[in-house]
Amino acid sequence: MDRLAYGLATLIGIAATGLGGYGMLGGAGTLRLAWLVPLGGLELSLDPLGGFFLALIGFTAVPASIYAMGYAGGEGRDRFAYLVFVVSMGLVPLASNAMTFAIAWELMSLASYFLVLHDRESKESIRAAWIYAVMTHAGLACLLAGMLLLGAGAGSLRFDDWRAAAPALAGTARSAAFVLLALGFAGKAGVIPLHVWLPLAHPAAPSHVSALMSGVMIKLGVYGLLRASLDWLGVGPAWWGAALLVAGAASSVIGVLYALVEHDLKRLLAFHSIENIGIILLGVGSATLYRSAGLEALALLGLAAALYHTVNHAAFKALLFLGAGAVVHATGTRNMEEMGGLIKRMPWTAACFLVGSAAIAALPPLNGFVSEWLTFLVLFQNTRLDAVGLNLVFTLGIASLALTGGLAMACFVKAFGITFLALPRSDAAAHAHEAPPPMRFAMVTLAASCVALGLGATLVIPALGAVAASVLRTAPPATVGDWLTLRVSGDFASLSTLAIAVALVASLLVPVVALRLVGASRRTRGYETWGCGRIVQTARMEYTATAFANPFKRVFDFFYRPTKHLDIDFHPESRFFVERIEYENPTRSIFDDWLYRPALDLLRVVARAAGTVQSGSANLYLAYILAALLLMLVLA
Amino acid sequence: MFRQLRTALRTGIVTEPVARGGEIERIGTRLAWEIARLFGRSLAIRQVDAGSCNGCELEIGGLTGPHYDLERFGVHFVASPRHADCLLVTGPVTRNMAEALRRTWRATPDPKFVVAVGDCGRDGGLFRGSYAVVGGVADVVPVDAVIPGCPPSPAALLAGLLEAIGRPR
Amino acid sequence: MISDVVVAAIQVLVVGAGAPLLVGALRTLRARLVGRRGPSPWQPYADLRKLLAKEAVVSTTTSWVFRATPYLLVATMLVIALIVPISVARPPLAFAGDIILLVYLFMLGTFFLALAGLDAGSAFGGMGASRAVAIAALAEPTIIVAVFALALRAGTIDLGRVVERFGREPWLAANPAHLLAFAAFFIVMLAETGRLPVDNPATHLELTMIHEAMVLEYSGRYLALVEWAAAMKLFLFMALLANLFFPWGLTGPAEPVPMLLGLLALAGKLAVLASAVAVLETTVAKLRLFRVPELLAGSFALAFLSLMAVILVR
Repeated sequence: MDRLAYGLATLIGIAATGLGGYGMLGGAGTLRLAWLVPLGGLELSLDPLGGFFLALIGFTAVPASIYAMGYAGGEGRDRFAYLVFVVSMGLVPLASNAMTFAIAWELMSLASYFLVLHDRESKESIRAAWIYAVMTHAGLACLLAGMLLLGAGAGSLRFDDWRAAAPALAGTARSAAFVLLALGFAGKAGVIPLHVWLPLAHPAAPSHVSALMSGVMIKLGVYGLLRASLDWLGVGPAWWGAALLVAGAASSVIGVLYALVEHDLKRLLAFHSIENIGIILLGVGSATLYRSAGLEALALLGLAAALYHTVNHAAFKALLFLGAGAVVHATGTRNMEEMGGLIKRMPWTAACFLVGSAAIAALPPLNGFVSEWLTFLVLFQNTRLDAVGLNLVFTLGIASLALTGGLAMACFVKAFGITFLALPRSDAAAHAHEAPPPMRFAMVTLAASCVALGLGATLVIPALGAVAASVLRTAPPATVGDWLTLRVSGDFASLSTLAIAVALVASLLVPVVALRLVGASRRTRGYETWGCGRIVQTARMEYTATAFANPFKRVFDFFYRPTKHLDIDFHPESRFFVERIEYENPTRSIFDDWLYRPALDLLRVVARAAGTVQSGSANLYLAYILAALLLMLVLA
Repeated sequence: MFRQLRTALRTGIVTEPVARGGEIERIGTRLAWEIARLFGRSLAIRQVDAGSCNGCELEIGGLTGPHYDLERFGVHFVASPRHADCLLVTGPVTRNMAEALRRTWRATPDPKFVVAVGDCGRDGGLFRGSYAVVGGVADVVPVDAVIPGCPPSPAALLAGLLEAIGRPR
Repeated sequence: MISDVVVAAIQVLVVGAGAPLLVGALRTLRARLVGRRGPSPWQPYADLRKLLAKEAVVSTTTSWVFRATPYLLVATMLVIALIVPISVARPPLAFAGDIILLVYLFMLGTFFLALAGLDAGSAFGGMGASRAVAIAALAEPTIIVAVFALALRAGTIDLGRVVERFGREPWLAANPAHLLAFAAFFIVMLAETGRLPVDNPATHLELTMIHEAMVLEYSGRYLALVEWAAAMKLFLFMALLANLFFPWGLTGPAEPVPMLLGLLALAGKLAVLASAVAVLETTVAKLRLFRVPELLAGSFALAFLSLMAVILVR
């Protein structure tokens, strides 16, 4: 029964990919059902940007659904919610009026709420789902406010009408609409500081759902931001792009900083999603800034870089979540401190996770590197803008992206190394079993797609350039190099991942052949790890995830505010002997301390003050009615 | 920074030539010419303290200084036995260090050889017969050569090591 | 015009064969500066030859990652050798990448070496891995900002074209933005290649090791490959520093005589750089580990100043 549901989801995914690809290539179509819902009716239309995101949804839904077939357990309610989730996500990029968009958005949020809540017993799940519901509906409120404002200004709720009416709107109305829409979409995308739901909700959901949420759902927030900043509102002032750029820079650095100190594997991956959204926003912000300055070619490049990173992130984040799911499924725990040695027991999962880690760490010649390189190039060319203030903003973006790249590499050394390498740190890890065939198949296809997206960059970028050109309504870029090399902005830079890959493979043979030629000794002997001659060598001697993150905790202690908990159990007969020591070094999020807790406290204070209005006295209520009547008579 | 540079440059090189006639006893599980062929130009030594009084360690420590300069012969000390060719063992092997010494020996890749330093390394020296001591190093791991002395001077150590690897003086 | 294949072979040979000599010369220079005779500059070749004759003792807790890493490190360095201008301004693979690619290729090596350090399951390896990736991560913003400053002045980040444009610029060595970027890059070179004051390559105390701690488990032919790759990393970083900032002697066409002149010029520049590093190493003490981020922040400030000098003067 569950295979049927997930098989159906796979078919929907394949159909979505096909339809999306058709849209990207320029095919268009419209579907109108005016009678289905009020306020404009159901209206769906296909355009290149929508087609791109639809293809993205399909492309990620297929492996996730195949993976889910190997996932034993789950109730009918979860399967139904999953189907609704996939279908509603597919409807969002197709929506072409505010009502359809809002309905599809809300369906998506509700379906994912139920999926996050799938473990109804655990307090953690309930809290995660609650915070997720609150944040997503706060975002929806902002979205609706922005859309209604824009609709009031343009006189209609259809997106086409907004595009036409945008240049005629007053500057303040457009900026207000932009701010509201941006807040709503940024909350869904998980941009700092609206990210608080992401690290709670993504780990709580089952892994195939986390893969979809991280890989695709937050990208729909990016889709919304793209529409708001580049499409519906026309060309805006420079501060829109600057705000997006700064938000992107902050998200990328802060996301990876919090990921570094996590030892819950799925929460680590969730924080990394925040980081990658930051990188995408760097591209979107640059595109918006360049467009407002009139540099269309650079805006095109920025948008293409953002779209490329969107698809790359979907590929490797889905792969990493599916791998993490296989690990959690096999060991029964999400805590990295209890894993280890899994590479010998789960070789396929380990290899796929390694490819995903290398891709997200932006190591050449994989896909993560190409999109980060492209983003760097977009940021580097900011000197074509003459304002020193904007140059500084871009420099901030460059420094953040560079720091993020290095920290992401460090984080994934930790994630892969502690989870898969060396000795198992617990019995559960020592008895782990390899993932069943459907899971393996899904992971291998995603790993292959990461490699393909990296090596085939010369094919991908022109396609994305065409999509970007249709959004910005300019001519598509001139040929960016040939099948082997990417050439960007004339002779500013060039890259050939295919040549690098071939060179790496060839160079791998050089030491092998050289050793053979010089007659190096081929003898190998296995022995224990060098432990200074220690008699007892156990997994307790290994480095832990907490220890690995220690240098970062010290350097960035402003963000972490680490506290130390040391618990020592002394021997009952003498304080000179110790029976047990427990050391904990938890970190606190500055956003919890400085933003959310004060905001919630303020909300409580205001609510309590407002509560005095509801005193329960019937006389006072009658007085309210009288006052309201008098007011209406005066106003009328 | 510059004062130190000036002092160094003014002092110049103070390395002394090697003294002749170092005493070395070959117990030999490995032929001398084979060691010379493999390690004549490059030798990595891992020093193991198997319960010594540290007298020999102090003398060995002098070998890396400017006067005796072991490195000019291509010999250097390493931290991990995996990197080592020669184990330089000091001290009578105490019972607590016997197993550690065995594990160190097994962790060293072949081909390797062992040099025991001092009278303690030869047969337990001052501590021979003690309840805490196993005996000389040869009672725990196969030993190829012994440099006797209590402690042997750095010059004797240097000459002995060089003879072990067959370097011309 | 010599064919690309021959130029590629020459660059690989120069880097592969010349790297141990650079390391050996550095060691000899350090020894002479403290009054010792020191090893001969050709010593690393003897070391490598001896290592190839030894067996490899591999820990039973490790996996294929441990055994594959030495080969991958060497492969990475060889590919970088085909992109860095060593004998000509535009080596054969120059079309395939630029400085950003180089930075990330070096990171590829660090990534796998750190994984190999964790693979052995010892505390030393984990500690070395943790410190090495922390330093690599903190050094990266400096490199990228310094590269950005260079790209601004040259109008491109393609290495060959940057070298050509700087080669034609008069008074290059007197340009303050250029010198600031060079200083920042120099500090990053010390950090990434594990020289004092960031990491002591000759230390025996595991608690003070960063790079050495990750290779404690390697032996035999694996150790030879790792040591060779580390030597090549030092050579390539110094060659990048020398030829990117002071590209005198490097020309465009791949003719025999200009290439020989380029190689001789590189040898001279490397000699100067190596002497500077040796003097620094013998006079400066190693920094405490948690002071290294302060040093890297200082180098970032230098790179940022260089960038400001370029932007404001433009």
